[in-house]
Amino acid sequence: MTRNALEGVKILEYCNMISGPYCTKLMADMGAEVIKIEHPGEGDLARKKGPFPGNIAHPEKSGLFLYLNTSKFGITLDPATEDGKEIFYKLVKDVDILIENKPTGEMETLGFGYDTLKQINPGLIMTAIKSFGKSGPYKNYKAYSFNTGHASGQSYVLPIPSLDLSRAPVKAGGNLSDYDPGLVTVVAVMAALFHKRISGRGQYIEISKQEALLSMQRVESVTYANGAESVSRQGNPFGIVRCKDGYVNIITPQERQWEAFVKLLGNPEWAQEEAFKKRASRVQMQNGIRLKRNVEEWAMKYTREEIVKMGQEMRVPVSSVNTAEDVVNSEQMMERQFFVPMEHPAVGKLDKFPSKPFKFHKTPWQLQRPAPLLGQHNKEIFCERLGIDQQTLAKLKENGVV
Amino acid sequence: MTKGPLDGIRIVEFTSAWAGPYATCLLGFLGAEIIKVESLAYVDHSRYISFSTGTEFATPNESSVFNTLNLNKKSIALNLKQPEAVEIAKRLLEICDVTIENMRPGVIKKIGLDYDAARKVKPDIIYLSSSACGQTGPHREFMGYAPTFAAMAGLPHITGYEDSPPSNFMGSIDLRSATMSAFAILTALIHHQNTGEGQYIDLSSQEVIAALCGDVFLDYIFNNQSPERSGNKDKFMAPHNCYRCSGYDNWISIVVGNNAEWQGLCDAMEKPELAEDKRFSCAENRLRHLDELDRIISDWTCDQDYYIVMEKLQNKGVAAAPSMSGEALFKDPHLKARGVYQQVEHPVIGKDWIIAPPWRLSETPAQIKRCSPLLGEHNEEILCGLLKMNPDEVRRLTKEKIVY
Repeated sequence: MTRNALEGVKILEYCNMISGPYCTKLMADMGAEVIKIEHPGEGDLARKKGPFPGNIAHPEKSGLFLYLNTSKFGITLDPATEDGKEIFYKLVKDVDILIENKPTGEMETLGFGYDTLKQINPGLIMTAIKSFGKSGPYKNYKAYSFNTGHASGQSYVLPIPSLDLSRAPVKAGGNLSDYDPGLVTVVAVMAALFHKRISGRGQYIEISKQEALLSMQRVESVTYANGAESVSRQGNPFGIVRCKDGYVNIITPQERQWEAFVKLLGNPEWAQEEAFKKRASRVQMQNGIRLKRNVEEWAMKYTREEIVKMGQEMRVPVSSVNTAEDVVNSEQMMERQFFVPMEHPAVGKLDKFPSKPFKFHKTPWQLQRPAPLLGQHNKEIFCERLGIDQQTLAKLKENGVV
Repeated sequence: MTKGPLDGIRIVEFTSAWAGPYATCLLGFLGAEIIKVESLAYVDHSRYISFSTGTEFATPNESSVFNTLNLNKKSIALNLKQPEAVEIAKRLLEICDVTIENMRPGVIKKIGLDYDAARKVKPDIIYLSSSACGQTGPHREFMGYAPTFAAMAGLPHITGYEDSPPSNFMGSIDLRSATMSAFAILTALIHHQNTGEGQYIDLSSQEVIAALCGDVFLDYIFNNQSPERSGNKDKFMAPHNCYRCSGYDNWISIVVGNNAEWQGLCDAMEKPELAEDKRFSCAENRLRHLDELDRIISDWTCDQDYYIVMEKLQNKGVAAAPSMSGEALFKDPHLKARGVYQQVEHPVIGKDWIIAPPWRLSETPAQIKRCSPLLGEHNEEILCGLLKMNPDEVRRLTKEKIVY
């Protein structure tokens, strides 16, 4: 019988959208028990965001919600009500970890500040994810992930390359600016959990999304401070190159890789120019532009598959720029079982569903259960676990508490 | 100094570049003791090159890139091409809790320090291998770096303007791998707390990036359609873009998520007539008239300082923040108040600016205790102190370039 690494770990999630939920998903998929609180009626805002099957919006069929909330238990609760507040306290009493991403100040206003919750559960690890953190001149500023992506410097350096700066910098694709803070947060939460299991002591963890994103750019963000120029999106023009059926990405940081690449190109005369002899000059703007043009002339004759095969055979670091379709159908991803079958009461059976980025040999990743329907586990958690009888539950539902 | 949450954990790393070293750097911020095994025989390239500035460093001990990714660590120089060095490495494994390597699949086995070898000296070891595409599969031996495996994972294709090629990605991709590795190691540590059992973890950087794009693949899985590039646009919200402000390459990001925020934007722009304008009365209409909308906002922002625009908009409850360059970040009053940029003293670099750890823990804070190590700085401390070797022996090993 395979074990779950985080068996016995109990987490309460009071979050919306992406960063908080991704943090708890990572732990839920490794066996932690995550109870996710959603607002009665509309639920997590992610339920409104696609992709949806057939492009038809449906709150139980949001691809974003389904992916971010695998393995969790779902309950509906409005903790802003009197009854809701009592239930929230009861839930907090039993867990190791609470994660929330409400606007700054809201938890305290609701009566859920750390000082209060610590009285109920001294060993609680409470984690607060805020756009700009809980202190500083921007602590009450409003931000969507698009704003924090730009305010952290992450989006300022995209797209690469931008040959001129007349167009605005762009956000990273997908929802990367929202996944990143969730990933950064989970490291501190897990370390605090490790500490708690030895010492019995909980603590309060504060994450600023801006700082979490900035930490991913930690190398680029200090160049100006240390006396060089700010890193610009006017980066090395050579890298992504058009070919017959799409784009490939070529990078040759070592000279022997460049030499192998020149050989692959058939030793063209232009490769003998001074401009292209050493890496330091190849990456300069004007040289990079010419290099790209020259290489594209060659690449347009071949498909991505051909270029990658020829290149890799000669130990040139080159890859295909993949679309979603390419990734889903990739031989490598298939062998690695990155996409696994998933069955969900609303969406039905999917042959492929994105899974995990690692293989644990003793405690493998598992899709413990599909993402919950709205309020799916109300009975199990409220009645069976908290001992609320069915009639009371019905009344609470009527009053919008659950 | 206060203890970190991972106080007492010892990690030995056989890593180079960014993805391996930053994983242990994160754990080191949280109090784990990190021993970095490196060698003059094959120096970590981040000790020699900054890809961000193009600088090539003359010696292995003056790189601010290496410094920023290897804070708090100890360094021992062991030339693993020599069997005696491998034996010393095994003695280190014997007394550690975790080890991590990010060599190309197959290499660490040739050296003799793979999981099976490690397990022999420490049966409950937690061993993580980090590689571009994983230890198995047709691409396991692919030559690649962060930009190439990001491309394979699907992220560049969906980043950039609709009418331009895919955006490339740089080293921050590796830091995502590293952060996921740190999570994986911590997960294994919890399992070890429960059961006393260690294990092997095979982490793929390509899969890490794909995992951070999971929802994107569902569009193809549901509907046979691959998402394309869309610049700064959002499917549901408008405005949702960056607008030029005064100065060189200064842009402000603005999002209006609902009609109340739209009203706020109109108030801030002192254009009450806009709030009545049917073209922009709801999100669907604003999306339909996006170009006009962007032009109106741009006309308003273009000769204003972006901090002033941010303040005006935030005062009316509108989400707005500048797109920050390295210079803007360094000078920003909020980040200054939060103490995000810190200086560490380095014996060769002098004062080096680095970014503080990204979490604030109330009981067991994350800490930067010292700068990155010089290559082999802790040879004596580790060999004589920790492994109780005779100083004469160490001298011999150094002479024979085993400790090297």
